[in-house]
Amino acid sequence: MDARDENPAISEPPADRAGIRFGALGWTGLAVVVVLAALPLFLANFTIFQLTMMLIYAIAILGLNLLTGINGQFSLGHGAFYAIGAYTAAILMENFGLAYGWTLPAAGLICFVSGFLFGLPALRLEGIYLALATFGLAVAMPQFLKLSVLEPWTGGVQGIVITKPDAPFGLPLSQDQWLYYFTLVVALLLYWFAANLVASRSGRALMAIRDNPLAARAMGVNNALYKSLAFGISAAFTGIAGALGAIVVQFVAPDSFTFALSVALFVGLVVGGVGWLPGALVGGAFIVFIPNVAELFNKALAGAVYGVILILLIYLMPTGAGGLVRKVADFVGRRMKPRPDR
Amino acid sequence: MPRGKLQTIPLVGGERLPQQESASLPLLTIRDVSVAFGGIRALDGISFDLHRGQVLGLIGPNGAGKTTLFNCLSRLYTPTSGDILFEGKSILGRAASRMAEIGIGRTFQNLASFSRLSVRDNIRVGAHCRSRTDMLSDGLRLPWMRRAERRIDGIVDELIAYLELRSVADLPMAGLPFGTLKRAEMARALAIHPKLLLLDEPAGGLNHDEIGELGRLIRRIRDERAVTVLLVEHHMNLVMSVSDRVVVLNFGRKISEGDPAGVQANPEVIRAYLGSGRA
Repeated sequence: MDARDENPAISEPPADRAGIRFGALGWTGLAVVVVLAALPLFLANFTIFQLTMMLIYAIAILGLNLLTGINGQFSLGHGAFYAIGAYTAAILMENFGLAYGWTLPAAGLICFVSGFLFGLPALRLEGIYLALATFGLAVAMPQFLKLSVLEPWTGGVQGIVITKPDAPFGLPLSQDQWLYYFTLVVALLLYWFAANLVASRSGRALMAIRDNPLAARAMGVNNALYKSLAFGISAAFTGIAGALGAIVVQFVAPDSFTFALSVALFVGLVVGGVGWLPGALVGGAFIVFIPNVAELFNKALAGAVYGVILILLIYLMPTGAGGLVRKVADFVGRRMKPRPDR
Repeated sequence: MPRGKLQTIPLVGGERLPQQESASLPLLTIRDVSVAFGGIRALDGISFDLHRGQVLGLIGPNGAGKTTLFNCLSRLYTPTSGDILFEGKSILGRAASRMAEIGIGRTFQNLASFSRLSVRDNIRVGAHCRSRTDMLSDGLRLPWMRRAERRIDGIVDELIAYLELRSVADLPMAGLPFGTLKRAEMARALAIHPKLLLLDEPAGGLNHDEIGELGRLIRRIRDERAVTVLLVEHHMNLVMSVSDRVVVLNFGRKISEGDPAGVQANPEVIRAYLGSGRA
């Protein structure tokens, strides 16, 4: 044992490095929110729609990050939960006349239950085997949505068309602007929830399971329960994103939710940084804008350009945007004078 | 096998016991525990008691069954026959994750850190069983959740000071020196507020000075925090210097039990450690 003489009564308070980092990140976060809030005032409706989609994918990735980054469980099937959320919103709005706002908690709840139930048998699977099982879920989902038994609700291959909501209370906003702000508020609330969760007893239990399941159990963590709950919460986030997506796109159909969506979410997660919550925004931006950027270079070779961009990004930031930010923060933190404890 | 005679054990160092009246009931009773893997008997009818406020050293050559017994105690294995009683109640119906809540903590032979968490958060995970919250109130930061967090922070701060971890408290475990990690894992196990602490070869990988420090720490934990310790260890000097009682296993059987001096003088123990061909 390291015999360090360290009388807590007389030693200097330790430098709160995490505090500095959080402070700097906190200000950056505030700046990002201000920019996000101001953007739609200066942009065309289509660009606002794209930014809304970016936020929606960010929410979905946030959910995936809770599962993969925080709890260490892989999923290549979150597109399926996104689809369940989207269809929940569409069916509740068009068949039951529910106001769009209320479809979000409903989608969240249904996806939480679906995710929890899927997580139970998945407890037996680890790593790539779990990835494979979730992949199966993603592949099955479009077929499932086309089932003729469900057609009265799902509309079969045709899907469901949704009416776009207007801004309430006579607010002087276009439909796209209103939906953007609505999505932004939902995204911020969910981000707040996720950040709280990660910093809490439950979040620590999830991370403990990720880092060392055996030791987590010895500390009294019920691994099976927490892993299933992580699946449920993760699916709930992604399902709420799906519901928002349905409202914003005004349309759901089975083929909008193919395996490609699950892969896109996974790519967004990795690009943003596995385990770093703000990375979800970077991931969302990647999903929405990088294919467009690739098309700008060369329309015929857009897929190839997209691939090259992805490869370059992963080479340059192997740990995603999160890893890059951490490195910069470490660098800045070392140069700044340590601030005394609060 | 002198097993039968040794069921009633005179208390060694009884003055250290926090409450005398509870000393009558052993904290832990291993009762005729056998474990078989296929045809191999890893443990064969092991029985002994561990009394409150004692340090019991469990020793034996490689393959003697120490780790098997340890795994039975931490509920990773279930004995083929026999029972294990903690405070008079069997623990064999409990899941491994429900040992912490009744006050049984453990450390790991090789490090088992939550490597991406800070030292502080590792210790906080140790205090997991000392509060109850759910994910919804954690995500919403509801008042009772914040109260529980403050209470946990108090527990953690005290342990950080106790184990001299202040300077590394907010650093991630990955990358810290080995000795520091061991101390942090000890703090994590103590955060459970254990009545019984199971130490699995804690001296492994430590140098001579660090082992001396560890021995003093084990006795401090016993004396100052009223923690009963079961120590599974290879390192003879450590076991003999800190244990109140020693149990010796060989080939899955208990070959001796008693105070350190008595055990060391036992010819069967000497034979087990030095080989029967000895002159």
